Amino acid sequence: MPEIRNYTLNFGPQHPSAHGVLRLVLEMDGETIERSDPHIGLLHRGTEKLAETKPYNQSIPYMDRLDYVSMMQNEHAYVLAVEKLLGIEAPIRAQYIRTMFDEITRILNHMMWLGTHALDIGAMTVFLYCFREREDLMDCYEAVSGARMHAAYYRVGGVYRDLPDEMPRFSASDLKRDKAELDRLNKNRQGSLLDFIEDFTNRFPGCVDEYETLLTENRIWKQRTVGIGVVTADRAKALGFTGPMLRGSGVEWDLRKKQPYAAYDKVDFDIPVGVNGDCYDRYLVRVEEIRQSNRIIKQCVDWLRANPGPVMVEDHKIAPPKRAAMKSDMEGLIHHFKLFSEGYCTPPGEVYSAVEASKGEFGVYIVSDGANKPYRLKLRAPGFAHLMAMDEMAKGHMLADVVALIGTMDVVFGEIDR
Amino acid sequence: MNTVVKTTPEQRLATLVDALRASYEKRGCTVEQAFGEVTLTVPRENLLEIAFELFGNTSPFGFCQLIDLCGVDYSTYGQVEWETDSASSSGFGRGVNSDSEIDTSEENRFAVVYHLLSIENNTRMRVKTYLDSDHPIVESVTSVWPVADWFEREAFDLYGILFEGHPDLRRILTDYGFVGHPFRKDFPLSGHVEMRYDPEKKRVIYEPVSIEPRTLVPRVIREDNRYMNEETN
Repeated sequence: MPEIRNYTLNFGPQHPSAHGVLRLVLEMDGETIERSDPHIGLLHRGTEKLAETKPYNQSIPYMDRLDYVSMMQNEHAYVLAVEKLLGIEAPIRAQYIRTMFDEITRILNHMMWLGTHALDIGAMTVFLYCFREREDLMDCYEAVSGARMHAAYYRVGGVYRDLPDEMPRFSASDLKRDKAELDRLNKNRQGSLLDFIEDFTNRFPGCVDEYETLLTENRIWKQRTVGIGVVTADRAKALGFTGPMLRGSGVEWDLRKKQPYAAYDKVDFDIPVGVNGDCYDRYLVRVEEIRQSNRIIKQCVDWLRANPGPVMVEDHKIAPPKRAAMKSDMEGLIHHFKLFSEGYCTPPGEVYSAVEASKGEFGVYIVSDGANKPYRLKLRAPGFAHLMAMDEMAKGHMLADVVALIGTMDVVFGEIDR
Repeated sequence: MNTVVKTTPEQRLATLVDALRASYEKRGCTVEQAFGEVTLTVPRENLLEIAFELFGNTSPFGFCQLIDLCGVDYSTYGQVEWETDSASSSGFGRGVNSDSEIDTSEENRFAVVYHLLSIENNTRMRVKTYLDSDHPIVESVTSVWPVADWFEREAFDLYGILFEGHPDLRRILTDYGFVGHPFRKDFPLSGHVEMRYDPEKKRVIYEPVSIEPRTLVPRVIREDNRYMNEETN
């Protein structure tokens, strides 16, 4: 009788469903996973060490590049930590703007997740649908910051600038010359950014219904996700799960409710919780989160319309002065020069601040010795803890389920490898 | 979640600080409260024991989640690159005194920092233990919080801190065959080696780095009166 040996399979790092640069070494008995060993670090850029050599403000763009599908939430955690060190608080309008953009980011992230997760396990259409709606939200990013993805919009003490009064419009190009087509594209871009976002929130629930029609009761989708990667509530806590991964297992925990930051205590929303802790429950939780985010955005739009005001603290030791003041006022010039040549010093001490990012708890730990640069910056990425559970979750499943598990964890290597 | 008593974060923090002071101050630990956060500094011999007491539903603290674990290298804490004590007649250049000695033999050079979260009590705390430079070794907490596995591997990889009792202490973030611990303060930002493809040898080769280290913005510490006032409050 021939000897039966376990088979070792190398999955990734260049594999479309590895969601980036994950290398998985799988030990298999036939098609069943016995052990899986994720090798990470292929995207390690040393963000934390780089931040130690830069003034506080210059690290904000690095935060975008961590979890590069939920950019502004990472910035949020970082600026909150620095604000905590400095003992300042952003103006209320800035807090609402942050809340609104955090939720826009959550929709961006969850749609990316939904599209690719579905694509990985065999549903092509959802991917196209999700990316269609993502485009509109990317335009919101671009309207406020000038960048579609890596915004660097949140600043210590507020946000970079107020929301624009005019939504950028499409202009004729070689590809788009048809007047009627242009008018159609620009139809909801006639007003301000807030008008555009409001229009989006009105039609978006219909889009989510569309995705759900494609997936929620779909037989193939259910076969691929129900009962796959089951994690009990206790185990989820022990494995350091946060965010939808934890809520999918039935633990009612959301930092937006439990330890509110920005304007989350002033808006109304619900926290969806799963029951079985499998991939399907986590799918349902995330889809419901998309709907709740839409609700929050709507409330923020209403508030922001009614309440104009400053979006940055007035303290010019931290926030740069107005351009006009810099040009005409000696004090303004000095502040500007000091801020952009040296930055600001924080009081010595250590702080940890966390936000409920789309993937879970994204935390920033800063040790300061009183200098203009952080002494140590540690970024707590939710995906890092989730991916660690791969071995436990994949054990006993089939090879094809590993793809479903990578999808359900919503891993992004920018934040895991840092 | 049926009998939730509404408490403010400040109340919860105060309760936690009192409880920690009562239990641990007599055992050689210090409890510090700053920026609305609490830090418990423990001697490294007692770390695992205290971790067990902090964890679990039976514990009064109930810190069921280890949110984060990281290393810190304190060897250049408080050092600046651009110090000016007296006025000079020649002015200052961009020149930084980056050749200042790094004292790597310090007693408390490294620290391991644990961030804990209690879902039941809705509180957070930080546990910190200091390690010396020669034998940076501490007991692993993987038996208390399984999530510590990768976090400890990361601290080992980046700082060379050893975790006794860890099931599989391998490097995690750096390349296969990497030498050194890159987040230590005496490890240069640009590293020691760079790699490129050598067309003659037809393989990837490693060479000493060709980048000159430079400082764009010098590190300075300013005595800022605003913060001095806050501390006296």
